[in-house]
Amino acid sequence: MYKVDDRGYYGKFGGAYIPELLHPCVEELRRNYEKIISQKDFQKEFEQLLADYVGRPTPLYFAKRFSDHYQANIYFKREDLCHTGAHKVNNTIGQILLAQRLGKKRIIAETGAGQHGVATATVCALMGVDCIVYMGEKDIERQAPNVKRMKMLGAEVRPALSGSKTLKDATNEAIRDWINNPDNTHYIIGSVVGPHPYPEMVAKFQSVISKEIKKQLLEKTGNENPDIIVACVGGGSNAAGAFYHYLNEENTRLVAVEAAGLGIHSGETAATSVIGSEGIIHGSRTLLMQTSDGQIVEPYSISAGLDYPGIGPLHAHLISSGRAEAISVTDEEALRAAYFLSRKEGIIPALESAHAFAAMEQMDYEKGDTVVLNLSGRGDKDLATYSKYFEKFNEK
Amino acid sequence: MNRIQQLFQNKKSNILNIYFTAGHPNLNDTEIIIRELSGAGTDLIEIGMPYSDPLADGLTIQQSSSIALKNGMHLDLLFEQIAAARQHTEIPLIMMGYFNQVLQYGVDKFMEQCKTSGIDGLILPDLPLYEYEKDFKNIFEKNNIAISFLITPLTEEHRIKKVDELTRGFIYMVSSNSTTGGGSEINQKQKEYFERIHEMNLKNPRLIGFGISDHASFNNACQYAQGAIIGSAFIRALDKGKDDIKPTIREFVSQIKNDPIVINQVQ
Repeated sequence: MYKVDDRGYYGKFGGAYIPELLHPCVEELRRNYEKIISQKDFQKEFEQLLADYVGRPTPLYFAKRFSDHYQANIYFKREDLCHTGAHKVNNTIGQILLAQRLGKKRIIAETGAGQHGVATATVCALMGVDCIVYMGEKDIERQAPNVKRMKMLGAEVRPALSGSKTLKDATNEAIRDWINNPDNTHYIIGSVVGPHPYPEMVAKFQSVISKEIKKQLLEKTGNENPDIIVACVGGGSNAAGAFYHYLNEENTRLVAVEAAGLGIHSGETAATSVIGSEGIIHGSRTLLMQTSDGQIVEPYSISAGLDYPGIGPLHAHLISSGRAEAISVTDEEALRAAYFLSRKEGIIPALESAHAFAAMEQMDYEKGDTVVLNLSGRGDKDLATYSKYFEKFNEK
Repeated sequence: MNRIQQLFQNKKSNILNIYFTAGHPNLNDTEIIIRELSGAGTDLIEIGMPYSDPLADGLTIQQSSSIALKNGMHLDLLFEQIAAARQHTEIPLIMMGYFNQVLQYGVDKFMEQCKTSGIDGLILPDLPLYEYEKDFKNIFEKNNIAISFLITPLTEEHRIKKVDELTRGFIYMVSSNSTTGGGSEINQKQKEYFERIHEMNLKNPRLIGFGISDHASFNNACQYAQGAIIGSAFIRALDKGKDDIKPTIREFVSQIKNDPIVINQVQ
């Protein structure tokens, strides 16, 4: 029911709305990826690297103090403990192994917060291939530590100077690069966005998250299905990974948390499912923020990783069909949640992940519910922002 | 038969198609540009609908699009401007843009507006063949709006045949694997591509676009197709001569069509 069809659609969302110039690149990938990733040697190498290099399985941690506070049984899926500090590396490991088997010697990527850029630069260093990361000029400024990490890992960081100078523009630039270099280049998209087969392919690589949750929860509670899974959604890769093996478990509620920025109706937001409408962004028919003329609206969120005007087509389908619930969390609510989590559990989350934790304040749940919060990344990269607002929003 | 098909019936070679971005350099230049291009002897005009995220376009068209949007260009205004220009010329007019613009405006309403304002064809590079045939072909045909699909050096033969089957008007033959506004020299590989397509005996005429910027590259392209499309070079000329665009346009077109330029043959 939630599986992608042959043409790349989830319900009415998805597809590959791309210029002919890009068609050969995407078609080569579409024709080969399923065959490659189902091969034994691919799976063996993928699983080995996830275990020995990334550090998987990541723990499923029962958060006692947090649970007491919210009167629920709350587990954190610790993707923040992955090598490079976020779930993004699950996908880049998969795609670099795929690129190798496709004979591609040059890797390009886009990045918002820089987590996907770092994860891409990391696997390129690991495999010894050239890496170019496109990053919005505005994001280069607000995510300086990750820019330094990418450079140290040997990647070239190219600023995207067009449009809003953030994630969507970095994605445009990466796509244009691919058009100009169709033969030797593989484009590692970092989220469940873009033309088919990217949304499904990235979701598959990230699905290791929910595969582990099932196993770990069964061991801890005797039941592999929680009542609720909560994850933040920019494009939606960590959410897709956390939801994937639960899509058909209708008794598990799926909660997608979007960034409301300064407020849903403030004009400064990234709450796509609330104020967006159906259209096309980066080759995918999905929900996006746009004007009545179809111009894509510049999004806003304090979190660079959620600052994207669309959501992946799987999430558009899950939300519009009612399978997933969407919640919007403002900058301020996310900051408060980050300070609270740090004090309560000794974990400083990424600003993106903090949005998922803030959802506990407004989400409906029964006392004693089992809730899995996907802690998609760690907060080192956001320390400058956290220090800036510390006095204002940190409650003792 | 619409004006595009008529043109290709009457003229078989050296067809000059010029692209400009509506709303650039100034919001209300659309009518002047169309009338001047038409008066100067252009055969076909492509009116770019400026878009916030023009994926297939290089820097020149990206920048002209941002300027046009900043100037306040939007589709209702553009249709009005086109209708006004249509009073003065019978030149075939094509709109080029991204499919989201049409989708969000409403496909039916968009087609009706095209018909009323005097648009003859559309180029929507990111509208897939399959979705067009399944969902939109009927609406295009009902309103007598032609559609041009693109082929590139990497488009496979079965797909070229499909493009030929679905195209009405002309096939947009992209000269190389690049975004718009690239270099202009036609190399051996491109020659082979042009000849390969020529030998396929497609039912639609072809225009070569991307990287055509002057008399030499226009003439060269015309040896392999019925004509060629110039975009970025014209936009750069408009940028340079924006204080008085009428003579700029006339000079540009006459330079493309007439000025003999000596090509240094490298042995």
